Amino acid sequence: MLVNQFLILGAVLFCIGVYGVIARRNAVMVLMSIELILNSVNLNFLAFALRNGSVDGHVFALYIIVVAAAEVGVGLALVLLVYRNRKSIALDELSEMKG
Amino acid sequence: MVAQNIAFGVIATIMVFGALRVVTVKNVVHAALWLVLVLAGLAAQYILLTAEFVAVTQVLVYIGAVMVLFLFGTMLTRAQIGHEKELNNSNWYIGIPVAALLFGVMTFALISSFGNEKLPNDGAVVSTQEISDQIFGPYLLPFWALSFVLLAAVIGAIVLARKD
Repeated sequence: MLVNQFLILGAVLFCIGVYGVIARRNAVMVLMSIELILNSVNLNFLAFALRNGSVDGHVFALYIIVVAAAEVGVGLALVLLVYRNRKSIALDELSEMKG
Repeated sequence: MVAQNIAFGVIATIMVFGALRVVTVKNVVHAALWLVLVLAGLAAQYILLTAEFVAVTQVLVYIGAVMVLFLFGTMLTRAQIGHEKELNNSNWYIGIPVAALLFGVMTFALISSFGNEKLPNDGAVVSTQEISDQIFGPYLLPFWALSFVLLAAVIGAIVLARKD
């Protein structure tokens, strides 16, 4: 197995996630795309952990899983709050948040 | 090693297809189910990378917990379970050149720096004990900080989602 096959798979998933964040209008779908991005980073961490024969990559992959879980929890609570106030979770209608 | 490469190819194809469906499909619940496929494929790739503990954690946390959260979020926001027309921004096509450019730059950088470098074939499976020795040894401080992040996230989610 090459190092690059895992790294390029991670890059593909990352770019698909970036496209999703830009293109999607529904806030829940944007959160799903962010999950794709975070997971592609995990794949890179584990590929480098195997390449360097080190356990540190595994530790950081676990930490990223924890941070992603916390992010989804808070993110969905925010989406719920926006929905309760506006009856819509379309992100382009939140323009008055400019301040 | 051939078997591992075939497994990688099959799983990677399924994952890329699933990820493309996640960002293109017109139904929020279907997108969540395609995301389950991608996350399960990632768990399989982690096993190929001899990371069994992370793979099991991925299944437990992502497929078990995060997906339930997503489905609850979809349900509570009544985001039109079923077909929805206005799921994309009006200028969604800007995302395509951005993603393509990013992919081109990253692929160029990866190929020029790693080329045909191979992963070690004799990589022993990383045991849970080794990982816990790292977490509760040199990485104890980040672990501690992370517990506060989780605590803050739990309290923050409750405060945000409370009715009054």
